[in-house]
Amino acid sequence: MNISFWLNGAYRQEEIEPGMLLIDFLREKGCFSVKRGCETANCGLCTVLLDERPVLSCSVLAARIDGKKVVTLEGMQREAQEFGSFLANEGAEQCGFCNPGFIMNVFAMLRELKEPTEEQIKEYLAGNLCRCSGFVSQTTSILKFLKYKKAQEEA
Amino acid sequence: MKYVNQPVRKTDAMALVTGKPVYTDDLAPKDCLIVKILRSPHANAWVEDIKTGNAEKVAGIACILTYKDVPQKRFTLAGQTAPEMSPDDRLIIDRHVRFVGDVVAIVAGETEEAVDKALKRIKVQYRVEAPVLDMHKAKDNPILVHPEENWKLKIPLGGNNKRNLCAEALEEHGDVDKVLSECKYTVEQTYHTKANQQTMMETFRTACYMDHFGRLVVLSSTQIPFHVRRIVGRALDIPASKVRVIKPRIGGGFGAKQTSVSEIYPAIVTWKTGRPSKMIFSRYESMICSSPRHEMEITVRAGADENGIIKAIDVYTLSNTGAYGEHSSTTVGLSGHKSIGLYRHTEAYRFAFDVVYTNVQAAGAYRGYGATQGIFAVESAVNELAHKMGMDPVRIKELNMPIEGGPLPGYPDVPYAQSCTMDKCMARAKEMMDWDSKYPFRDMGNGKVRGVGVAMAMQGSSIAGVDVGGADIKLNEDGSYTLALGCTDMGTGCDTIMAQIAADCLETPMENIVVFSVDTDISPYDSGSYASSTTYTTGVAVMKACQELRKKICELGAQMIEVDQDKVDFDGSYVFCDGEEEEKRVSLEQIALKGTFFNNIELQVVKQHSSPLSPPPFMVGMAEVEVDTETGTVEVLDYVAAVDCGTPINPNLARVQTEGGIAQGIGMALFEEVQYTEKGKVRNNSLMQYKIPTREDFGNIRVAFESSYEESGPFGAKSIGELVIDTPCPAIAEAIYNATGVRVRELPITPEKVAMGILKKKLEK
Repeated sequence: MNISFWLNGAYRQEEIEPGMLLIDFLREKGCFSVKRGCETANCGLCTVLLDERPVLSCSVLAARIDGKKVVTLEGMQREAQEFGSFLANEGAEQCGFCNPGFIMNVFAMLRELKEPTEEQIKEYLAGNLCRCSGFVSQTTSILKFLKYKKAQEEA
Repeated sequence: MKYVNQPVRKTDAMALVTGKPVYTDDLAPKDCLIVKILRSPHANAWVEDIKTGNAEKVAGIACILTYKDVPQKRFTLAGQTAPEMSPDDRLIIDRHVRFVGDVVAIVAGETEEAVDKALKRIKVQYRVEAPVLDMHKAKDNPILVHPEENWKLKIPLGGNNKRNLCAEALEEHGDVDKVLSECKYTVEQTYHTKANQQTMMETFRTACYMDHFGRLVVLSSTQIPFHVRRIVGRALDIPASKVRVIKPRIGGGFGAKQTSVSEIYPAIVTWKTGRPSKMIFSRYESMICSSPRHEMEITVRAGADENGIIKAIDVYTLSNTGAYGEHSSTTVGLSGHKSIGLYRHTEAYRFAFDVVYTNVQAAGAYRGYGATQGIFAVESAVNELAHKMGMDPVRIKELNMPIEGGPLPGYPDVPYAQSCTMDKCMARAKEMMDWDSKYPFRDMGNGKVRGVGVAMAMQGSSIAGVDVGGADIKLNEDGSYTLALGCTDMGTGCDTIMAQIAADCLETPMENIVVFSVDTDISPYDSGSYASSTTYTTGVAVMKACQELRKKICELGAQMIEVDQDKVDFDGSYVFCDGEEEEKRVSLEQIALKGTFFNNIELQVVKQHSSPLSPPPFMVGMAEVEVDTETGTVEVLDYVAAVDCGTPINPNLARVQTEGGIAQGIGMALFEEVQYTEKGKVRNNSLMQYKIPTREDFGNIRVAFESSYEESGPFGAKSIGELVIDTPCPAIAEAIYNATGVRVRELPITPEKVAMGILKKKLEK
């Protein structure tokens, strides 16, 4: 079947198999930041934005992006560097495998919640698993990033 | 020192946080055959007949392999240095399948759909036999997991396949029974720890292709590239020289990837077909046929005199290796060596163990490697002993803990505790937890009770007299350095840590050092990253290599400024001579350039390092839990850790290691258990059913360092990676006891166990 969509800002038309999953499609298109960590929609590694909302690309058919805008971390490199540097400063990136999905969901959170509390952060990101960090340094990174953003806005 | 003991960013950090394609499946050739495995539905069976004809007819199928197609020399998948302790008990495909999930056939094809279709078309006739699933009944059971005649133990460790025994041993010092009988207070209890999955986010995966010399290139997510090279060679019955292993970035390991879980399958496909292939383990496969922690049942007897001085400890461990023996005879050793050693006044001890085969998936290395299990048992027993005496468990530990210069009973790998700040760790943890005001419990008045618990831990730093670290440093034409390593950064940050060490040794900015790891054709030999060895062992290899390179830089520099080598010095930028008449100097860049023409002094040094010692890092962990006395639900509100890992080379990375290890330990204590049905099938085979902690499952984790200085380590460093998973199980069990009076001796401590314990106590009243 034929679908047309925006991938990281670029309009594209592609021929796909109807049963193809979005995660496989995106990786096939070179979006290697999208990772698979499970088959049961539990780990959050494959999170991408579909019309600005976070979705698990392992649980969305590629056919569903027809007429929609898909954004992966490849399309948010500047933002990834900016927020990612806060992760890096805490040593929170660790093995890195969960980072792209986690960071995409952080971006989604920041669009939804203006000034999330620590509790809200943990709740919003509960579906993003990480086995290396114990999460503490991830939370610290987000809180420091929020502070930096606020200072930037106020300046 | 400019970089060591500084929280510098990881050198690969920005690539990771921007999602760059740096992992195995991102780098695999695009035209790879997809490799999948037909797995046994039975826990113990023989393949009587297997028909692959219909499967081969599926369009796009390139290769189907059965037991008839593989070499018949047995090998082990354990990544261990010689002398290899794990028995040779595997074939790539064995006619005898020994657990639900064991390999029956390997299928490779152009697409996943074709392979899935072919898998369904293979017809297998099994002769099903009764399995041995209960580890208590395994030893001397008439049903044998490994009845074959060519089962081989390279090192005699009491193993006997005709008794379902992978290993057995007894170590004794003094007369334990006599000393225990003289103790005023004694305890005897049995503790049961379950199998846990490492659950690294990147599952097992390997891609293979042939190079232009007809050699097999294995691109794999592994902690042990050099061992994989040997293992693949043996499995395929080809010389290891035909195999080249490349390790890209790894998405976590925690010991799982110290076993060659995925490599041999695409390796044999590529070797037979000549075509690139890859095998990506699903999470399901990573749950049912990987290398989880050994289930252990540990019986502890401990005794103390009237003053609380612990005089004797007796530990017996029954360990379940599952269907194959990877890491079995070695993990079990740590359950005694790393637990008894925590009590310095011990006059007599005994440590005995049996490791048995059963028909469940094979166990392997998981962070802590047996110490985690042993420390849960011994720390719990000592806490129970303290309560029997009416003593605060902190106090009994203060009286008996390891001290610098003091003995570590039963721990053979250092003559005494050469570097140890356990006393400071305890004091710091007490202060952070505000122990004295919180011990033993606080009733919150709403059906919830808060309790606190404590545990100590020690681990090793490398395998003494065995592990080898390698470093290869060269000065490049432009004055930059390349540091080639054989250790494997699996997220731990060792590439960065080695660059920090090298930068300080060479007095150069870290940006001036390119780190390369790992390619077995290029990297210096290194045992790999496991056994808490990398910083301690490879770190010293890096120091040695840099120090010798400095000498060579001075030698060439001295030639260039025409003075004797012993008159020059090197400050990282210049080789100079402060002569009486005039100052002479030559820059690093000039020397580097001179190294590239008419030169006989090679500006490259390769060094190895092995330590005869394994100095233990130490720590104290304290948990504060809140127990809902109605439901038995346990919440870890706060966890404090005070750690002596020697000098933390990178305090950020050491802290995050600690936080991550404690979170995994909380999972082991409260949630995680690989469960089997009565037929030997894994019940919890997905992340839906096998629960690992999320960010909502615990409160704070707070970490402090109380650093000793370890003379034999790089810049005073010891290890940290494994130690940090050892305290949560005993500390949380103890905190629950203090909150409720319920002692749970079997992990994980589920709400049911706590609630039933509370109920039982009520009924007893």
